[in-house]
Amino acid sequence: MSILVIAEHDNDTLKSATLNTVTAAAAIGGDVAVLVAGSDCQAVAQEAAKISGVSQVIVADNVAYANQLAENMQPLIVELAAGKTHILAPATTSGKNIMPGVAALLDVAQISEVTKIESADVFERPIYAGNALAKVQSLDSVKVLTVRTTAFEEAALEGSAAVEAHGAAHDAGKSSYIGEEVVESERPELTAAKVIISGGRGMGNGENFSILEAVADKLGAAVGASRAAVDAGFVSNDMQVGQTGKIVAPELYIAVGISGAIQHLAGMKDSKVIVAINKDDEAPIFSVADYGLVADLFEAVPEFESNL
Amino acid sequence: MKVLVTVKRVIDYNVKVRVKSDNSGVDLNNVKMAMNPFCEIAVEEAIRLKEAGIATEVVAVSVGEKSCQEQLRTALALGADRAIHVEAEQELESLNVAKLLAKVVEAEQPGIVILGKQAIDTDNNQTGQMLSALTGMAQGTFASNIEIKDDKALVTREVDGGLQTIELAMPIIATTDLRLNEPRYASLPNIMKAKRKPLETKTVEELGVTIKEHTKLLSVTPPEERQAGIKVADVAELVDKLKNEAKVIG
Ligand SMILES: Cc1cc2nc3c(=O)[nH]c(=O)nc-3n(C[C@H](O)[C@H](O)[C@H](O)COP(=O)(O)OP(=O)(O)OC[C@H]3O[C@@H](n4cnc5c(N)ncnc54)[C@H](O)[C@@H]3O)c2cc1C
Ligand SMILES: Nc1ncnc2c1ncn2[C@@H]1O[C@H](COP(=O)(O)O)[C@@H](O)[C@H]1O
Repeated sequence: MSILVIAEHDNDTLKSATLNTVTAAAAIGGDVAVLVAGSDCQAVAQEAAKISGVSQVIVADNVAYANQLAENMQPLIVELAAGKTHILAPATTSGKNIMPGVAALLDVAQISEVTKIESADVFERPIYAGNALAKVQSLDSVKVLTVRTTAFEEAALEGSAAVEAHGAAHDAGKSSYIGEEVVESERPELTAAKVIISGGRGMGNGENFSILEAVADKLGAAVGASRAAVDAGFVSNDMQVGQTGKIVAPELYIAVGISGAIQHLAGMKDSKVIVAINKDDEAPIFSVADYGLVADLFEAVPEFESNL
Repeated sequence: MKVLVTVKRVIDYNVKVRVKSDNSGVDLNNVKMAMNPFCEIAVEEAIRLKEAGIATEVVAVSVGEKSCQEQLRTALALGADRAIHVEAEQELESLNVAKLLAKVVEAEQPGIVILGKQAIDTDNNQTGQMLSALTGMAQGTFASNIEIKDDKALVTREVDGGLQTIELAMPIIATTDLRLNEPRYASLPNIMKAKRKPLETKTVEELGVTIKEHTKLLSVTPPEERQAGIKVADVAELVDKLKNEAKVIG
């Protein structure tokens, strides 16, 4: 087995999603190489070299890869696929953007959002918003997988892999990066947070999210949201948890003013402990909550915060 | 400029799916089917491009059994000009769908192809990206805004960190995210009119694609059910449980 993992990073630091993906790769067994494609990304390569279980880091350092545009990344990955049995990337928006095209260029399938490695060619993945689990056998010579990061632990940083430069630059010239509106936050990232407090339509407006933030400050938590809260403009899209938003599995998930639609549950029902605060005692969120509190959130949440 | 928009027939998003007892798949008998919600957004965007005078024609495509003509009729009722049904008896893998769509693209030469970002049955999120790689057209995935100016398109994308804007050389492939637009409903007169709009059927053979099997579905099982816990009486009890029973807060 010879496995290539595509690292996720911002040219300065390695994203932890890469560590979960390496753990999935290690479960397949065999040689694991990590590709760091970026611009001025040597620091990331050094970080990647420390991931336990990685034997080689390939750095493609070129402006063409600065923003990891799919059209430029794909020919690079296809080139490096020679001799590989598996190519893995985290199922983040970046991995989801790049990998299907890699699979298509290799004329193989992509197996999306893998949650379990059964063997080198059998994988488990959720379908229908997590209401069913499919066990899929790959018949392809190269397996292209995206990995659901919450299903795999982060690999440790105790290794020392060899770092090797890869010179080829591919600039397809079809797309260019214009800019980004990144929400700056001191809080942990949703997908890596140990505690998450999320608000739904019941929050009423964006300002009211401040009562969740006060709790988050005390618990070191990330703040999430339902689709309804994002659609209503209360908060930004990067906070959406669910089937089509972020998939999270913290130690503690607190759902506030969220009814518990299947699309929301799909994104959080693997959390270890779930708390729901909702004034409707019939809300479906209570069917997955370990601790349910039927109450008006505007009274319950500030009181909860002052009790912490 | 022509717009090609893809439409997949899937289980209605409100239906709670049930896994078949023989673990061969999900029970679709007598289940309400509908247009994939992300495809509704794709159709809406296509129609808006036509209403804005940017697109001249909207063509809807679906790959599947005869029943998917129902969703194509819906697209026509919403404002698509004509439809193409690519007949396929069994559910095809995304790569095979993308290969069929690539042939339609080759024949139709659209300026933009709009797909949903994800089908809510397989949750694959890959067909659009595969189509982009196969056709060599640039991709703007998970779009929350699409702006077309002459031979360029500005696409704002919903990414993990927030919003990213990229510029693409036309023609392009776009996949829709939830915030791109709010789809309209079809009016009764338009539903009637849609019955007379052209709907053409093509076979896989006619398109010259060899369907290859890349994966085998071994089993489909229900996920572990999460047991409902308890209701606490008040905030004090909640804090106590979290501290002393679940031990998730200090
Ligand atoms: C294709 C598709 C994809 C989707 N993807 C996602 C997704 O990724 N994530 C997601 O979340 N949703 C998603 N949805 C939407 C989903 O179906 C629901 O519409 C959404 O989750 C509802 O959000 P909500 O629970 O905040 O709102 P509502 O369902 O309106 O619930 C609001 C809740 O707040 C409670 N409440 C109101 N006021 C108070 C108060 N003062 N105190 C206490 N409780 C109060 C109410 O009792 C109610 O239960 C998707 C839908 C589709 C069709
Ligand atoms: N059989 C199909 N017919 C038409 N469009 C499809 C089909 N399968 C997938 N698509 C399109 O591709 C998008 C993404 O699907 P998927 O990659 O399967 O999650 C869908 O939202 C559709 O727009």
